[in-house]
Amino acid sequence: MSKKMHIKLNVNGKDEEFLAEPRELLIYTLRERLNITGPHIGCETSHCGACTVTIDGKSVKSCTMFAAQADGAEITTIEGIGNPDDLHPLQTAFKEHHGLQCGYCTPGMITRATKLLEENPTPTEEEIRFGMAGNICRCTGYQNIIKSIQAAAAEMNAAKEAAE
Amino acid sequence: MSVAKPLPHDAAHLHVTGAARYVDDIPTPAGTLHLAFGMSTAACGTLNNMDLDAVRAAPGVVAVLTAPDLPFDNDVSPSAHDEPLLATDAVHYVGQPVFLVIAETHLQARFAARLGKIDITETKPVFTIEDALAANARFEDGPRIYAQGDAASALDAAENTLSGSLDIGGQEHFYLEGQAALVQPGENGDMHVISSTQHPTEIQHKVAEAIGQPMHAVRVETRRMGGGFGGKESQGNALAVACAVAVRLTGQPCKMRYDRDDDMIITGKRHDFRIDYDIGFDEEGHITALDVRQYTRCGWALDLSLPVADRAMLHADNGYWLPNIRIESHRLRTNTQSATAFRGFGGPQGMLGMERIVDHVAAELGLDPLVVRQRNFYASSGQEIQTTPYGQPVEDFILDDLVAQLAKTSDYDARRAAVAEWNAANPVLKKGIALTPVKFGISFTLTHLNQAGALVHVYSDGSIHLNHGGTEMGQGLFQKIAQVAASRFGVALDAIKITATDTAKVPNTSATAASSGSDLNGMAVKAACDTLRDRMAEHLAQLHQCHPDAVVFAEGRVQAGEADYSFAEVAAMAHQARISLSATGFYKTPDIQWDRIKGHGRPFFYFAYGAAVTEVVVDTLTGENRILRADVLHDAGASLNPALDIGQVEGGYVQGAGWLTTEELVWDDAGRLRTHAPSTYKIPACGDRPDIFNVSLWDGENRADTIYKSKAVGEPPLMLGISALLALSDAVSACGPNYPDLHAPATAESVLASVHKAQDA
Repeated sequence: MSKKMHIKLNVNGKDEEFLAEPRELLIYTLRERLNITGPHIGCETSHCGACTVTIDGKSVKSCTMFAAQADGAEITTIEGIGNPDDLHPLQTAFKEHHGLQCGYCTPGMITRATKLLEENPTPTEEEIRFGMAGNICRCTGYQNIIKSIQAAAAEMNAAKEAAE
Repeated sequence: MSVAKPLPHDAAHLHVTGAARYVDDIPTPAGTLHLAFGMSTAACGTLNNMDLDAVRAAPGVVAVLTAPDLPFDNDVSPSAHDEPLLATDAVHYVGQPVFLVIAETHLQARFAARLGKIDITETKPVFTIEDALAANARFEDGPRIYAQGDAASALDAAENTLSGSLDIGGQEHFYLEGQAALVQPGENGDMHVISSTQHPTEIQHKVAEAIGQPMHAVRVETRRMGGGFGGKESQGNALAVACAVAVRLTGQPCKMRYDRDDDMIITGKRHDFRIDYDIGFDEEGHITALDVRQYTRCGWALDLSLPVADRAMLHADNGYWLPNIRIESHRLRTNTQSATAFRGFGGPQGMLGMERIVDHVAAELGLDPLVVRQRNFYASSGQEIQTTPYGQPVEDFILDDLVAQLAKTSDYDARRAAVAEWNAANPVLKKGIALTPVKFGISFTLTHLNQAGALVHVYSDGSIHLNHGGTEMGQGLFQKIAQVAASRFGVALDAIKITATDTAKVPNTSATAASSGSDLNGMAVKAACDTLRDRMAEHLAQLHQCHPDAVVFAEGRVQAGEADYSFAEVAAMAHQARISLSATGFYKTPDIQWDRIKGHGRPFFYFAYGAAVTEVVVDTLTGENRILRADVLHDAGASLNPALDIGQVEGGYVQGAGWLTTEELVWDDAGRLRTHAPSTYKIPACGDRPDIFNVSLWDGENRADTIYKSKAVGEPPLMLGISALLALSDAVSACGPNYPDLHAPATAESVLASVHKAQDA
């Protein structure tokens, strides 16, 4: 049994402090320690993207990162992006444009898409495909996922223009 | 009326916020224990002793069970009683569960499960179709044979003959949510099971057997699955049964979820096939004789292999009139995972065999394959009715019209000419195009499964709560059912709530499978709703001296004579008048009967149709390829929800194309599955979707009397992906004089080998 480490995280705006073994994976910290179950466990080998979260401004697959590696970081999960009464434009778009079926990939998919649109607010379809390549969906065939991201980008850009 | 509206998935607002709960997201009670299987490392052999001391001594381990520790029935098979939860005296594949670890955490259980020392005396395994045929390792005594006309004489008499063979790989489901179950102890030995399953009743049945209780002691709930695709029809049994046995032993709640690698190594996949054929045909490409042999690897246990192999036979004709056909089906026993249900359930393999046959004939005659397809189609409805090889009249045939429309909207002829022009000018990159049709039979071939039940309550505030026997796996079944209920009561959709599928609410359900979910459960819910509506209408008719039929339920209002009430007022009035506001509904599919031994009858209530055109480009130096464009026209009847149906069509096409292109299962010489993670098993990603993807629904209604004249849509679109394989074959055929003989999956490696075959002098 290895010595536990003192870890501090800020998750969805809330400070969390705990002792954890160095081998504790971040997805377990989120799901089992903090009861944040939006990020899902799909493959546990960083291929499917169901566990995608944002850490200090970058998309990260939380199934292959140790909690200890995230010490001191700001983490945003799907729960920090919006809630059923106050949806983010991407969440609205995935709902309205049918960008989901079973929904298991959806939290990771939307979390990744928020970063994609921050990195590139006006992506081409090709750029969306490339930018979303690390998130697998087995149900939709991706058509409506791409439509959802395009619709959200248009909505967000229109809102930005209106504000300027 | 909410039916036919393109409304979002009922839980979409929960999915997009991470608030939709899957089994692994449900908070577990204190003291919950976690399970993992220790697995066989040999493909075939006798199980001697097991040294599990290190497992028992591992941190967090509470108990370790082997077969002799199981108190009652040691079986998790769907019907044949040939699939022990834990191996007894023999092992049959690499990955077979041999012992069960119960530990305090999921990771402790998994860690400990790797520490077992299992002594196996290995015997010669059977892996391939050839091995199995040589050893006569098969299910059933011999091959099943279905026939129409006289194929042998017709082959002798044929103007031209041609023979060939096609290998078709299996497919991993890769539901994003792996298999999972959580079982909690009730009082008096009762069990409450939460399972990610397409078949709650079967889970209930198997758990009851395993704990020596009647079915009434076991309640199973399924709110949703993170994908099923057939992989959760029977493969969830082991986890739920393991949990129940562990609960009985420890008295504590128990949970089990497979890690992805374990999931891929333990559970069954789509059946792989080899299809051999001898064709007789005339100069115009009419197929006058056909002899087809289907060989499939069923794996070590029977599971659902007989109906899967039957359905492959039942789709050996696809959309073509074959007056002289003989289909022989071999169900082979191999030392691999027990192959199981997967979207299409054998239909895709049988259909691909026929599409390959038509393609081969066209290549031989130098004709456009589409022309040969059209020449062989069944007669349209309204003309002389032709029968399938199993004796069912094809009364609702629309493929001629549907294909003609798709060929026009996709600009097939011009694009085929452009492809030829491109190929003449480009030596390295070759393009290909193919249009393939789908005719898929709807109904469970095991006739008694074609039934469903529902339970509907109207509360005195006018809100409506219902349950039905179907399960939600992303297909949008709950939304479609809610739309049906809202339409029957004439209320808004938010008046309807559907809660988790529950064996305590609706008993003796069939699996949500065979594309039957909305057909069966929609009708059962409609029946229950109509019972309640009739009771309310009768009450109002008495009050207002009108005929019950004149009471109108629409837009949240109820009109009876001059009176006009809100639905909620009517519910309250009915309650005051002591009218029961709870009803069950039941439905059984009419007009079907089937003898699977004779291979004759009417197994299907109706057929669902569709067609796709795919255009691809192949790099002939490397075999790499991509889909440039796909156009789809699919028949969902009068759609209950066109947005959800288009989603099924798009997802089905991509999953079907994945099956036939990049998704390759590889076992090594020792029978170990080497592609047991997404790192080595390539399912389509965002960039693999066609560059241009046009999807439309056929404008028509079901001729059969289904729920609002809709058609089942779960499985049929998968087979649209066949056009991707045949487009690749078409591209390769531009490389040389020979038939490409492209096998599935057409990985880059396989395409390159096929390029060489086409080129060889």
